[in-house]
Amino acid sequence: MHGERSRFLSIMLFVGFTFLYVPIILLIIYSFNYSKLVPVWGGWSTRWYGVLFESPDVWDAVLLSLKIAVVNATFATILGTLAGLAMVRFGRFRGRTLFGGMLVAPLVMPEVITGLSLLVFFISLKQLFGWPTERGFTTITIAHITFSLAYVAVIIQARLTGMGNNLEEAAADLGAKPFKVMTKITIPMLAPGLLSGWLLAFTLSLDDLVIASFVTGPGSNTLPILIFSRIRLGLRPDINALATIIILFVAVLVAIAAVILFRQQKRDLLDQKMARMPEV
Amino acid sequence: MTDIGVFKVIPPRIRLAWTRFAGSIQSSWKTLVIWTPFFWLLIFFLAPFFIVAKISLAELVIASPPFSNMVQWVDGSVVTIRLVFDNFIYIFEDPLYARTYVNSLKIASISTVFCLLVGYPVAYGIIRSGPVAKPLLLFAIILPFWTSFLLRVYAWMGLLADQGTINSLLISLGLIETPIQMLYTEFAVYVGIVYTYLPFMILPLYANMEKLDSTLNEAAADLGSGPINTFFKITLPLTAPGIIAGSLLVFIPATGEYVIPDLLGGGNVQMIGRLLYNEFARNVDWPVASAVAIVLLLLLVLPMAVYQHYQAKSSEDT
Repeated sequence: MHGERSRFLSIMLFVGFTFLYVPIILLIIYSFNYSKLVPVWGGWSTRWYGVLFESPDVWDAVLLSLKIAVVNATFATILGTLAGLAMVRFGRFRGRTLFGGMLVAPLVMPEVITGLSLLVFFISLKQLFGWPTERGFTTITIAHITFSLAYVAVIIQARLTGMGNNLEEAAADLGAKPFKVMTKITIPMLAPGLLSGWLLAFTLSLDDLVIASFVTGPGSNTLPILIFSRIRLGLRPDINALATIIILFVAVLVAIAAVILFRQQKRDLLDQKMARMPEV
Repeated sequence: MTDIGVFKVIPPRIRLAWTRFAGSIQSSWKTLVIWTPFFWLLIFFLAPFFIVAKISLAELVIASPPFSNMVQWVDGSVVTIRLVFDNFIYIFEDPLYARTYVNSLKIASISTVFCLLVGYPVAYGIIRSGPVAKPLLLFAIILPFWTSFLLRVYAWMGLLADQGTINSLLISLGLIETPIQMLYTEFAVYVGIVYTYLPFMILPLYANMEKLDSTLNEAAADLGSGPINTFFKITLPLTAPGIIAGSLLVFIPATGEYVIPDLLGGGNVQMIGRLLYNEFARNVDWPVASAVAIVLLLLLVLPMAVYQHYQAKSSEDT
């Protein structure tokens, strides 16, 4: 269906991509501005990167955010994969409708509602069981896993339906037990989905401000909380520098993943072609 | 295989017991796969809503945490349950809340329409692109979705500020003399929502359009239908599921948006997410914050159910 893009569509593509990318590009350019006033150009400089590297609170926030993001991504990938398997491969089971609903709801639920409800939940838990003793790393990680696993489940479900269950059925016909089918066939075939699910959960966690603001406690500032508290008062050149580092870091990470996934996809297509070839 | 050899030596009764044991492991494996994430969501996603509902019916007390206990012990044995609907009455009587709910729904709907107007042609343009450009363009749509939401909103602060890029550009071109106030207005909130939520509109539309059968368009053209007529009679109706999914994916979270009205709207644009956050953080009135959340949730239950329905249908289609 290609090669017949009208002029109107080409213009709209140009407008759409300009709209998406120009603000980010300007944000990056202004991080190299010498002037203290962000929008007033004062010549090229890396001054604000220096300021950034000398502020210990930024480093604390970066470390806390990365720690939460890694733990979150790992648990969310495990739970989200199990959820995806249950929804796609297990047919009907009791509570499937409720389960499916709880897997979709976090994708659209306004963050203020999720954040507030988790906060009052943690406080009630503390009153009843004395745990969690303090809010911070643990509570933020639990909150992040809860919404990240829903995103991972979407990716895994798409991958599971996309790859079909021919190989799994073949293995079962040849006598493999369900557990073996899952560990020897399903999970290895899911690998690209696992990679993109982990990465998505990682970036979602690194990005979350609202939910973390609700469930955090005194002294535990994640990177978005720190950035938000500073930019509420207006533009700041050191935040432009920080933003540039974060955006480039995530873009490189995603580009590497995209290349890996693209190669995998090509290999899959090749495998399928080989499988269809008549035996010589 | 050696284990089969060993298996034959084992007496039949033990063999039967072993088969049963293995079978139960298989089914308990299945149970484990279902119940681990299910249990997690029941505890950390569903249960908290009931607690919010409970607190919305409690009284504000000056304590930590700042709400009264609904269940009280009287004489050590009798449990009385006190429900206070004051918080809901307060929300319904104070015009500030009604106005803010209406304003949030209005801003979210108008932003959704703009997302659709920009997103639809972009998604269609990607579908109509060549085999090399297509994956690259799709990747370029997904990339901003991965980069920080907060920073993308911050980028617009620099563009819209009084001394910002847009005003400086307009002044240097001689089009205006004094800067136009754009930051901290409702306009800025619209721009921010359309900008950050655009990928959420484009991706479901793209997924839907990819399934379109181009022979239908060719058949319509052969029968003498013009491109505009074909679009409205064939393409648009067939992409309705994508339009609905994308619109809900923008509308629902945008209604409860907190960061965009706070950073781009300042004090001038009141949206319900921001009101809720202030009620919670600044006024420390958790019962009212909970009641605000419950009313917001009730407003969004219907769109969420529709979205859920379409999600379930599209996963059955494939």
